[in-house]
Amino acid sequence: MNEDLVTLISELKQKEAIEITEQRLKSGEDPLKILADGKKAMQIVGQRFSEGRYFIPDLVYSGKILEQVAERVKPGLAQVSDDRKIGKIVLGTVAGDLHDIGKNLVTFMLDVNGFAVYDLGIDVKPQVFVDKIKEIQPRVVGMSGFLTSVYQAMKDTVDAISAAGLRNEVKVMIGGGVMDEEVRKFAGADAYGQDAMAAVNLAKDWIGGA
Amino acid sequence: MEDKTTANLEKWCSGDGIQFVDEAAQAAYKRRTRRIADVIQLKVPDRVPVVPSFGMFPYLDNGLTCEEAVFDYQKADAAVMKTLAEFKPDMFLGSGYAFPAPLFEALGYRQLRWPGREIPTHYVYQFVEDEYIKAEEFYDHFLQDPSDFMLRRYLPRVCSNLAPLARIRPFAESFGYYLTMCGSYAYFGMPEVQQALKALMKAGEESLKWVSVLTEQAERILARGYPLYEGGESAAPYDLVGDWFRGTTGVMVDMYERPEQLLEVMEKLVPISIKMGLDLAADGNHPIVGFMLHKGADGFMSPRQFETFYWPPLRKVMMGLIEEGFVPLLLCEGGYTSRLETIADIPKGKCIYWFENVDWNKAKEILGDTACIRGGIPASILFSGTTRQLKDCIKERIDVVGKGGGYIVDCGLWFDEARHENVKTMVEFTRSYGVY
Repeated sequence: MNEDLVTLISELKQKEAIEITEQRLKSGEDPLKILADGKKAMQIVGQRFSEGRYFIPDLVYSGKILEQVAERVKPGLAQVSDDRKIGKIVLGTVAGDLHDIGKNLVTFMLDVNGFAVYDLGIDVKPQVFVDKIKEIQPRVVGMSGFLTSVYQAMKDTVDAISAAGLRNEVKVMIGGGVMDEEVRKFAGADAYGQDAMAAVNLAKDWIGGA
Repeated sequence: MEDKTTANLEKWCSGDGIQFVDEAAQAAYKRRTRRIADVIQLKVPDRVPVVPSFGMFPYLDNGLTCEEAVFDYQKADAAVMKTLAEFKPDMFLGSGYAFPAPLFEALGYRQLRWPGREIPTHYVYQFVEDEYIKAEEFYDHFLQDPSDFMLRRYLPRVCSNLAPLARIRPFAESFGYYLTMCGSYAYFGMPEVQQALKALMKAGEESLKWVSVLTEQAERILARGYPLYEGGESAAPYDLVGDWFRGTTGVMVDMYERPEQLLEVMEKLVPISIKMGLDLAADGNHPIVGFMLHKGADGFMSPRQFETFYWPPLRKVMMGLIEEGFVPLLLCEGGYTSRLETIADIPKGKCIYWFENVDWNKAKEILGDTACIRGGIPASILFSGTTRQLKDCIKERIDVVGKGGGYIVDCGLWFDEARHENVKTMVEFTRSYGVY
């Protein structure tokens, strides 16, 4: 039974996954167990994505199925506490930029790979990054951007982190539509990642982890 | 027998009907259009054309903010004419990228944010994606009556000042005097509906002002010997559904949950997209119809999904234009290496693929005998690269992608921020190194 839900979610069988979830709840099973299966399924999805067998729509759709499963088990739902995660990451789309699709995918992939992700959202001012870094003390900071207008904002954010004396505490990765190695150099970041998997691999290199 | 593409390109190259400032301008126009026509038709031109895709660059480069450019059409016009004289590109858009913000403000348009309003004054405007229309509100309504969907559902949803239009009766019922006009036209008498109609009138006035500036500007660009950038715009049906109505994730979910309806809606969008491109290009007297492809890039769907949902309806739109002698120009945003074999299935010498991110060697290898390729200069190098780096990059592209013709030097996206000297190097170095 348990294997069923893991398989159904990871094979993107929405209807059947919901049916099984409801059956298991009805039979009085601990909702946390159901949720754990959901998380397990997402790891399989993440693995298939990293192997190039799944694509962004598969991530999105599996995320939607998990959301629907989670809605049904909500009363018993508890957040996995951060200390069970393998490392902390602060990320956001830089100041003035309102794009969030790519950033959300990175957050999603980092999350299913076991990182504690603090997603600051879009249009994040340098000081907001700095404040969050001070508060959370992450090992990795991710900056996303989609416009040539924000090349400067990338640099301003790294500069603000340096000015706050935090540059040696964190590794900085950048990504997004118009970013590349050239922008990384300009901004003074540590690495550029082309997609969500690259972000996961960078974080693993820097923090360690499975 | 001459095919329609050749006939249309020849008509464009002739420059008939253009009032040139002098004979030198006329000769320059003919050289430039011939160069473009040659690369489209995969013949070797005199040299590699260079067409910088100026986004907000002309305004920022001439001391304006992006805010000024989108609110003051005259200032935008003056700036682009300076850019034209300075860089002498092989085709030129004019100030068409500085969309008229007052038009959209009159409508209360939600899908864009403007510099100097919600975003910094020197930033380009930004599109704000969302699932504006839920699946259950979209598919059935659109399939039944696209115009009614646009008028009474989409526009009221994305334009706050047009929200009252959701209340009027469908125009499909406007048969005549005793059936509807006596009664249901009362909606047009309601104060809030009248406010919405006034908002439309105000938007119309702004549109007319903007179009008038652009029309008169186009005459000046042509008179100086520069071909215009394109005649009209069209789009991939999948992007139309995703961009405007369902959002990136919404349309992705629809591929799993309602594939038949999605395909049916896209089929309905094919003739609409063809007609939109044809009518605009015919009005603009220009053979090229531009597309901006957003949601079919590498990774954004599986190869199978691309071949099922993205490519077939897009290809139909392209073929509809090609059959009438027009040349689709497709800006392929994102990575496109995994799509090359699929998009090679198009008649030879009839379209331009403009890449942001691709394996350039592979692109030339797979598409070189089929379609003209454009792009190759990263926006980041235009922004912060050295002259050496830039020249090396251009050289590499021309040596590989430009081999035997079929290549246009450009950035892979509409660039806003870039160093003046780098843009200058891009056009000047291409002019010298790109000679065949």
